[in-house]
Amino acid sequence: MKPLSKQIGTGMNRVDGRLKVTGAATYSAEYELPGITYAVLVGSTIAKGRLASIDTKDAERAPGVLAVITHLNAPKAPGTKPEGKDPSQPQTVGSALQVLVDDKIRFNDQPIAVVVADTLERARFAAGLVKAQYAKEAHQTNLEANRPNAFLPTQAKKNPKSPVADYQRGQADAYKTGALKLEAEYVIPTEVHHPMELQAITAHWEAPDRLTLYDKTQGTMATRRDFAKQWGLPEENVKVIATFVGGAFGNALHSWPHESAAIIAAKVVNRPVKLMLTREQMFTMVGYRPHTWQKIGMSATPDGKITAITHEAVGQTSTYEEFTESTLGQTRMMYEAPNLTTRYRLVALDIGSPIWMRGPGEATGAFALESAMDEMAHLLNLDPLEFRLRNYTEQDPERNRPWSTKFLKECYKAGADRIGWSKRQLKPGALREGDWLIGYGMGVGTFGAHRGSSKANAQLLPNGTVLLQSAVTDIGPGTGTAMTQIAADTLGLEPGKIRFEWGNSTFAQAPTQGGSAIVNSVGPAVQEACLALKDKLRELAATGNSAFAAARKEDVAFADGYLTLNGNPTARANYVDLVRQAGGTAVAVDSKPGPDGQKYSMYSFSVHFAEVRVHQLTGEVRVSKLVSCADAGTIINEKTAGNQMKGGAVGGIGMALMEHALIDDRFGRYVTKDLADYHVPVHADAPAVEVFFVNQPDPHVNALGTKGIGEIATIGVAPAIANAVFNATGKRVRELPITPDKLI
Amino acid sequence: MNQFQYVRPTKQQAAIEAVAKDANATFIAGGTNLVDLMKRGVMTPQKLVDINRLPLAKIERENNGLRIGALALNSAVADDKLVREKQPLLALALNAGASAQLRNMATVGGNMLQRTRCPYFYDTTMPCNKREPGTGCGALEGINRMHAIFGFSDKCIAVHPSDMSVALVALDATVLVSGPKGDRRISFADFHRLPGDTPHRDTNLEPGELITAVDVPDAPFTKHVSYYKVRERASYAFALVSAAAALELDGNTIKAARLAMGGVAHKPWRLTAAEQALVGKPATEATFRQAAEVAMQGAKAFKHNAYKLKLAPNTLIQALKTATTA
Ligand SMILES: Cc1cc2nc3c(=O)[nH]c(=O)nc-3n(C[C@H](O)[C@H](O)[C@H](O)COP(=O)(O)OP(=O)(O)OC[C@H]3O[C@@H](n4cnc5c(N)ncnc54)[C@H](O)[C@@H]3O)c2cc1C
Ligand code: SF4
Repeated sequence: MKPLSKQIGTGMNRVDGRLKVTGAATYSAEYELPGITYAVLVGSTIAKGRLASIDTKDAERAPGVLAVITHLNAPKAPGTKPEGKDPSQPQTVGSALQVLVDDKIRFNDQPIAVVVADTLERARFAAGLVKAQYAKEAHQTNLEANRPNAFLPTQAKKNPKSPVADYQRGQADAYKTGALKLEAEYVIPTEVHHPMELQAITAHWEAPDRLTLYDKTQGTMATRRDFAKQWGLPEENVKVIATFVGGAFGNALHSWPHESAAIIAAKVVNRPVKLMLTREQMFTMVGYRPHTWQKIGMSATPDGKITAITHEAVGQTSTYEEFTESTLGQTRMMYEAPNLTTRYRLVALDIGSPIWMRGPGEATGAFALESAMDEMAHLLNLDPLEFRLRNYTEQDPERNRPWSTKFLKECYKAGADRIGWSKRQLKPGALREGDWLIGYGMGVGTFGAHRGSSKANAQLLPNGTVLLQSAVTDIGPGTGTAMTQIAADTLGLEPGKIRFEWGNSTFAQAPTQGGSAIVNSVGPAVQEACLALKDKLRELAATGNSAFAAARKEDVAFADGYLTLNGNPTARANYVDLVRQAGGTAVAVDSKPGPDGQKYSMYSFSVHFAEVRVHQLTGEVRVSKLVSCADAGTIINEKTAGNQMKGGAVGGIGMALMEHALIDDRFGRYVTKDLADYHVPVHADAPAVEVFFVNQPDPHVNALGTKGIGEIATIGVAPAIANAVFNATGKRVRELPITPDKLI
Repeated sequence: MNQFQYVRPTKQQAAIEAVAKDANATFIAGGTNLVDLMKRGVMTPQKLVDINRLPLAKIERENNGLRIGALALNSAVADDKLVREKQPLLALALNAGASAQLRNMATVGGNMLQRTRCPYFYDTTMPCNKREPGTGCGALEGINRMHAIFGFSDKCIAVHPSDMSVALVALDATVLVSGPKGDRRISFADFHRLPGDTPHRDTNLEPGELITAVDVPDAPFTKHVSYYKVRERASYAFALVSAAAALELDGNTIKAARLAMGGVAHKPWRLTAAEQALVGKPATEATFRQAAEVAMQGAKAFKHNAYKLKLAPNTLIQALKTATTA
């Protein structure tokens, strides 16, 4: 395509920034529908067993209460599935826990009743009056204790080519016979997404067979499909609106119990129902990054060539869903290792289902792989950057085919320069300032440059503006802004002339916001829709003007609302006039990934460099400098893209140093219940993150050249920090988070 | 949350009577702790007596010391010129607590009386002797990373979470209270209790007694002070361990010292023996190490808090080092 001109790359401000900072943006708990009612969930207080009895009499009699709904009186959604179906089918989409259907308790705080009242306070008060008796059964919530029961995911049993199936190239477990070898175990605790906005839904049955949901979701189409299926409705009868989503990080990639409960409640009271989770409930029923145990075996030649890697992972899932993620993917393709083995297993525990959390499995896997790379470099007495360069892959060793593009070396160089890598000493503990030990570390990240099918609708309106619509959500990355820029650039219009509308399932189909795939997928749809509009305009211009009719397509230029012709100053047509004459113009496109996905391996790459300070007496760790470099293809908006990188890096600081959801296994219940004891970084924990983009288009993913940013922003940050801590102190922490107690 | 009555008396006597007469009534000041506990059903008062209309927010000179009203805001005390000049340790400790927003609501009286952050105390489905005497201590065999290494009992191993109180106990403060039986003064060291067999009682305050002020006597600790707080993030987190150190130096010789620790016991933990170990000695790391050893005598850990046996003395040493160079 033409070199992108005016809008692409510029740090244009967010199109919805003003709405957000003035409070004018409406989130899913803020729709004040006439007759609105409020629902509060009652959760189980045991982790496993049955509800022996549930007494709702006091709650029903409480002031303002409209309904107290339990499995005993809840209407059955026609799509309710019988219990005991294959939990891996479908694995994480659409298999929401069905609530209020039976007396079975599958995890602590599982919803056992929903109370609806005329005010939130009354609903909450009445919810406290519901009394349950349980028939308890022994529960299992400890990953380590249950590791002997780990199993191969059903998906892998059925399909040996599945990404979670066992993988081998060369000889299995060849590291064991390597001359120089390393064997180490790594653990990631449960981490919870905790976006600022709590999960919330406003459910409204507009007619007995027409449902509207104002819902916190990353995919309006996916949510529509799930609940249409659950209630046996045609998809068109369910409308899902998610214009603004206050962060999600993956926890709105799934349909959850509270959504089902709110829809049931709205059916019962026959009024709109609003349901917002508490912060405490955000731990128990809307997913988390699963507690994962990993082991890496690695061998290398004395001159620093990796000869073999074995990477095993055991992740946690629930008893009713088999959640899997790509924990081992990066190990298979990042380094030239002739002998490579990966094994992925699951342990089913009596805890709610996990769900992908930013950088998902890849971030978990990268903590192990990139820590092991650092450990091996140390064994070899090699600079860890040099070690990575000696094992750099010029083509994909997993699929034996070329990369679409790979500019990771450029990222290495830029990052090393910016962090001051030359100050790093090979020997740990060599740098200090008073009581603070100083260390440097790096960690690499990668994520598939995924692109899905996406549609887009565009109309040139008689007032000269362009209206584009897509069902896609914008959970914070600035999707709406990027699409506006792409449209403005393609049409030669000012961004102010573009109105991009999103977050509504009645708009043109788009994939769920996730997997760093949105600009890759919806971007080209918007671009193609705008190109189709241009074709229309050219046709319209040609009908009224002989110069345009005779002109070659490529000689017609679009700028500032006019069509002009190269070398013919008199040929000039106004968009608006053309549209008026034609009585409006609209196009719809269906944009699909091209065939290059079969020929090339497509990935975004990142590397993160950290400088840390560790207090030698107290074990406190401060990240004093963080540089994040990305090969993410074309950068559409350096401001929002930089914002993504910085947010992801700060998330990585949380992962490295503090995030940790703790369960007391005796009760199978979380003891971390709010943001005072589940720590995420505050400003004082985050240095000014320096971001570098290679900004080289990848022509194989799409015509825009984008590859995706959201995940690689986090993947590799935690090991960069862990490696820097080792360089500062000589202490290798293999179990996150790196809290002071582990360093003193 | 349950329904409750809410009154806002303007007279101290009326406020005291309102609480003294009614076993289910309680004072509320900034509400930053009490309201959270009410939302979780941990505290269920039927009557809230809001004391914010009482004239108890002054900070003034009184008898060779500072008198800080019970309603003085944490932020106001930390920013007060007199406090910064006469008792800089107190300002440091206050600023190490919570967040700016909370300090703007929280009061001195409320801060002293904030409840423990033990997670079992906060979850009404779990056992906790402090919340519900006789149900057992959830933390004893449970997750006790944050718990006590000094002065605990088998009934409760919780720690007192306040930072401010650590400074106040080090500074020999006195709590002024007024109750149905009249006024009395309680030395800060005797204000909070050890759990013993009655962990449901955090302090020696009697029902209906209102804290009116705290007296902090003048002392020569206006320069060499430090409040060193170790936590899991750089700000806005409760202490794993904290240490308050105040020194009077003559050249490099320690003339007088005050030491206390937080995050280690059911009350702010004054270290008088360690203070004595410092007096007359040079202000060196070796001296601090000896004092820290004295300070740690009798410490005992549980399953998840053994790290405090090392972190506590190290934090104390760091506080002393920082105080020396301050
Ligand atoms: C997220 C979070 C983080 C925090 N982090 C820290 C921290 O790091 N360090 C720290 O020290 N603190 C921290 N705090 C606690 C905070 O300091 C306390 O909540 C606050 O000081 C309580 O003061 P208040 O005026 O709001 O008390 P309230 O909540 O109004 O009252 C607390 C108790 O004191 C009683 N009371 C109040 N005033 C009087 C009086 N004059 N006489 C008798 N009884 C009275 C009340 O009846 C109540 O039982 C944190 C709190 C939160 C929510
Ligand atoms: S330590 Fe104290 S507050 Fe915590 S559970 Fe035990 S009794 Fe309750």
